[in-house]
Amino acid sequence: MSTIMDGLSLGAIYALIALGYTMVYGIAKMLNFAHGDIIMVGAYAILTSLQLTGNPYLAVVVSIVVCTASGVIIERLAYKPLRGASPLAVLITAIGVSFFLQAVAQLIYGSKSQSISLPDFGKVAIGDVKINVSTILTLVIGGVIMTALTLFVKKTRTGRAMQAVSEDKGAALLMGVNVNRIIMVTFAIGSMLAAFASLFYLMQIPSITPTLGSMPGIKAFTAAVIGGIGSIPGAMLGGVLLGLIEKICLSIPKIAPYTTSIEFSLLIVILLVKPIGLLGKKIREKV
Amino acid sequence: MADLMLETKNLGISFGGLKAVQDVNLKVQKNELYGLVGPNGAGKTTVFNMLTGVYQPTTGTFYLDGEELKGKSQEKINHKGIARTFQNIRLFNNMSVIRNVLVALHNQPEFKYNPFDAMLHTPRYYDVEVRMRDKAKEILDVFGLVDERNNLACNLSYGTQRRLEIARALATNPKLLLLDEPAAGMNPNETAELMSIVKGIRDRFDLTVLLIEHDMKFVSGLCDEVTVLNFGTTLAQGTTAEALNNPEVIRAYIGG
Repeated sequence: MSTIMDGLSLGAIYALIALGYTMVYGIAKMLNFAHGDIIMVGAYAILTSLQLTGNPYLAVVVSIVVCTASGVIIERLAYKPLRGASPLAVLITAIGVSFFLQAVAQLIYGSKSQSISLPDFGKVAIGDVKINVSTILTLVIGGVIMTALTLFVKKTRTGRAMQAVSEDKGAALLMGVNVNRIIMVTFAIGSMLAAFASLFYLMQIPSITPTLGSMPGIKAFTAAVIGGIGSIPGAMLGGVLLGLIEKICLSIPKIAPYTTSIEFSLLIVILLVKPIGLLGKKIREKV
Repeated sequence: MADLMLETKNLGISFGGLKAVQDVNLKVQKNELYGLVGPNGAGKTTVFNMLTGVYQPTTGTFYLDGEELKGKSQEKINHKGIARTFQNIRLFNNMSVIRNVLVALHNQPEFKYNPFDAMLHTPRYYDVEVRMRDKAKEILDVFGLVDERNNLACNLSYGTQRRLEIARALATNPKLLLLDEPAAGMNPNETAELMSIVKGIRDRFDLTVLLIEHDMKFVSGLCDEVTVLNFGTTLAQGTTAEALNNPEVIRAYIGG
């Protein structure tokens, strides 16, 4: 029971990160490999503002602002000049941005891991199992954010424009949609979700290093691909699935050491069976 | 000058050394139906691409309603009042019919609300969304598409998709509508219906229409004036009957 809850909440973290990958891919048609490092940026933002003010709630707000801003700035400076360049050039740039962020963090904070003390919300008992309140918080807030995002894309003007850009950028431009603005909004939303992910991540593992974002980043990317990259419900499903599998594997002592390889094998198997991912859009070739 | 909707002055573009279009001078009067014809590869769609900002002209310039639009970005030009359809249909295939139109309504000032309205679902949000839907239905109604509004665009028949593309372009509230081969692939009935639709929307929405078409019956039945392009240059220009009976035009089309 508590394994399932832990899995779901880890899944919610992966899902939040995976959403950033999948939205940017769906709209700008690029893989933003620096996305994982935004989580690291958010974590250091929480750390610094917590040291300066001591107010955890303020720290969360600061981290959201910093993440959103850095997402938008990175898009502006690194990716926008490459609009229309070959996908490979953009991909290499994204990897470069990822290294850049890690190096900057190392310069400022050093490479040693730093611990952070977030308020402990304690545990509650459901039936006869005790569950961390932070786990429940992660689940609830993660769920709310994802529902809000789905509604946003379905029901609002900007959401419609996003869908139009992801379908046909050229036609959207000629229908008067400001594609650059839409891409900027996408990066802003993706990075904002990463800020929440970094908060929840720190509630589970309260230590920070400059490479903190790599592993969750890659796992969330795996989750996005498993769910079908470009699909928002796919990213959520993939994230939750991966989180559950990870926690279940870790809870069985014999399997625990192989957890990561099991997760990535799952990716290979799914790509072999259903290359577009679980909820990926079918591309039908018209003849 | 005042009643001139579109004017191009020596409009031209080269790709490397290839002069794809040279010295195109169009004068399209307000509310006119104007035809752009010529054999395949003559540069008609290239002219459309320059007028919508997809290509930047290398020579010359163009004015919409007296305002120079050369060098503006694609979405700016659309906001200024030029909308188009495509030779190969480019609808948002996985979106419903009405959503295709709603996207096109997106940038009009009367349908704006800010992110807080969207997040908090304020009365303004509902008001704008309801008015947008009404407007979209009104436009779809002109094209007989209201009953199809919840179907996905990719499930429509070919002729219906062409009509939806015009509806979507109209939703951006243009002064000048560019139609790129609107009758391509249509049967004679659909073509006749399309002719009356084009005339109807011209009157109803106070439009000027510039269209590319190979179906000469369509062009001569609809257009007041035409320009004939061949190999990127202007071959003939004038009233439809005059220009289409020009011996050089007939030679360019039929050969000989």
